[in-house]
Amino acid sequence: MSRIRATFEQAANEGRKLLIPYITAGDPNLKLTQEILIEIACSGADIIELGVPFSDPMADGPVIQRAAERALKEGVNLAQILDMVAQVRKSTSVPIILFSYYNPLLQYGLDRLCQKAAELEIDGLLVTDLSPEESGELLGYTDKFDIDLIFLLAPTSSDARIKRITEVASGFIYALSRTGVTGMKQSISETAPRLIKRIRDFSTLPVAVGFGISTVEQVKEVWQYAEAAVVGSRIVSEIEVLQKEVDAKELVKRVGNLVREFCYK
Amino acid sequence: MLNTAVPDSMGHFGRYGGSYVPETLMYPLEQLVSAYEATKSDPVFQEEFQQLLKNYVGRPTPLFFARRLTDYLGGARIYLKREDLSHTGAHKINNALGQILLASRMGKQRIIAETGAGQHGVATATVSALLNKQCCIYMGTEDMRRQALNVFRMKLLGAEVVGVDQGSCTLKDAINEALRDWVTNVDTTYYLLGSALGPHPYPQMVRDFQSVIGREARNQILELEGRLPDFLVACVGGGSNAIGLFFDFINDKSVRMVGVEAGGKGKSLGEHAARFMSEGGGRPGVLQGTHSYILQSSEGQVAATHSISAGLDYPAIGPEHAYLHDIGRVEYTSVSDDEALEAFQLLAKIEGILPALESSHAVAYTLKLAAKMDKDSVIVVNLSGRGDKDVHTVAQALGVEL
Repeated sequence: MSRIRATFEQAANEGRKLLIPYITAGDPNLKLTQEILIEIACSGADIIELGVPFSDPMADGPVIQRAAERALKEGVNLAQILDMVAQVRKSTSVPIILFSYYNPLLQYGLDRLCQKAAELEIDGLLVTDLSPEESGELLGYTDKFDIDLIFLLAPTSSDARIKRITEVASGFIYALSRTGVTGMKQSISETAPRLIKRIRDFSTLPVAVGFGISTVEQVKEVWQYAEAAVVGSRIVSEIEVLQKEVDAKELVKRVGNLVREFCYK
Repeated sequence: MLNTAVPDSMGHFGRYGGSYVPETLMYPLEQLVSAYEATKSDPVFQEEFQQLLKNYVGRPTPLFFARRLTDYLGGARIYLKREDLSHTGAHKINNALGQILLASRMGKQRIIAETGAGQHGVATATVSALLNKQCCIYMGTEDMRRQALNVFRMKLLGAEVVGVDQGSCTLKDAINEALRDWVTNVDTTYYLLGSALGPHPYPQMVRDFQSVIGREARNQILELEGRLPDFLVACVGGGSNAIGLFFDFINDKSVRMVGVEAGGKGKSLGEHAARFMSEGGGRPGVLQGTHSYILQSSEGQVAATHSISAGLDYPAIGPEHAYLHDIGRVEYTSVSDDEALEAFQLLAKIEGILPALESSHAVAYTLKLAAKMDKDSVIVVNLSGRGDKDVHTVAQALGVEL
């Protein structure tokens, strides 16, 4: 069983739900990303999504777009991100998912990436703009190296698509709370519970809900019907503000505190 | 036959094309594919489309023998396919019209589109006015500066123009923002993509709607010359005017085809928009829904591009062009900003036609090509748009204050 599945299973046995924070690698720099990763793992993050910056993040709202821009300005690339994960692995075994657009992975080399990811105990890949229809090649490598390939399902996904996608998905299903791009919203749309219900008809995989979840109340709401909640833009936004206001040590500490507020109690 | 062999049912042109978009857009794209396929055998749709092409767009556009240019160069006989004479002044209207009729079929009231030079934005705003649709155009702020006249035209036509102030502030960024709008408002909104780019079925659909150019040109040249041309020449940004001209000639093995990319002001990454230029930084990759040649860094970050013409200033090329390039059916070359500028001025003086700066790239290559060919040979050049919109840019490039 993959470490991601084991994490979900253990939480289920303990009767609790999971928190999955997202951060963009290299914002404001890779050294700080390394410290933030370790800090939020210690602060109760169950699984961490690590965003690979891309020049054309068409599925992201302004907050994560700006984070990617800052990271790219720093000259961050995938090879350096993987080196950073190697350092992180000396301190924590928290499951890590690389969250990326397809092109940076494709240019790095899918075979090489999956081999390296397995070495570094990167647990999963989620590729925002890789439809299941085009994922055959990558699936070959994630299977070969025992890495979970996480797929998205959206409120617009037809039942036929849900069936097809849950058949090839591993780890867990990432359900989008709504249509649209990443970003904070006042309330979670009622489309999310409806989508989860439809997913349950086809799959026993655990479900995480993401996009637009930015408050403790919203996270609790998601936990009523799903196994995990993903919090992204809220944390990235905090990092954006803090990097202008406080020093590195304080930034890391406060991001850890923020994650702690969201954790299952 | 070649021209029905691609794309496959998933939108693949060989290894290129496909659908690389977030899951939210996949089912809407499936619906778009079915709706589009249904129009092909729908006589009512076809009749309405043909009537509007004739009576609203003004088709067929002429195939004009450029006698003075031919004499001046002393080589091949040069014909200009006058897309610049279509309503709104560029070939973009052919596709905009086809797609908005499709949007109507699908019951969509809100239309969004991206635009670079502004020609596709103007075409979309125009057909939106014609069919009483709400219209929102995304345009990079750099392009809005270069094409201020077209921005105002779109507003006069009732469209909202949203400036995109991200990345390079050009066409690529406008497409990102249009995709973000679409992924958010997908239930009510039709994305009217303007070039042979993006996820399936856009590259195929745009090609099909633009193929009227080549279909007419083929009949016209057979009538005028009694034979097929030796060369077809068209500029290639995303590649819709080029594929529109080439498509009906693909199986005519004797006809050579040249796509002319924007060579900009140099060979380094960032100085041009020539995806196929050797050592120019173009390689296969995935951008904005499709697998094709992209100008990018070794790490897969999309590169900045440059061209004097906003319509060619884009880092990726349509996937069918990538395919035609790899199988060797179409040759691709590039001309520089300066060469395009010279061609612009020459055609104005010698034929009384101001070509769009995009089309000036095709003319510039034709100047080199025709002179080397014998007098019996025939070249058809796609004059994809008119140059009125570029007068300001040209004046600036020539150091003239208006």
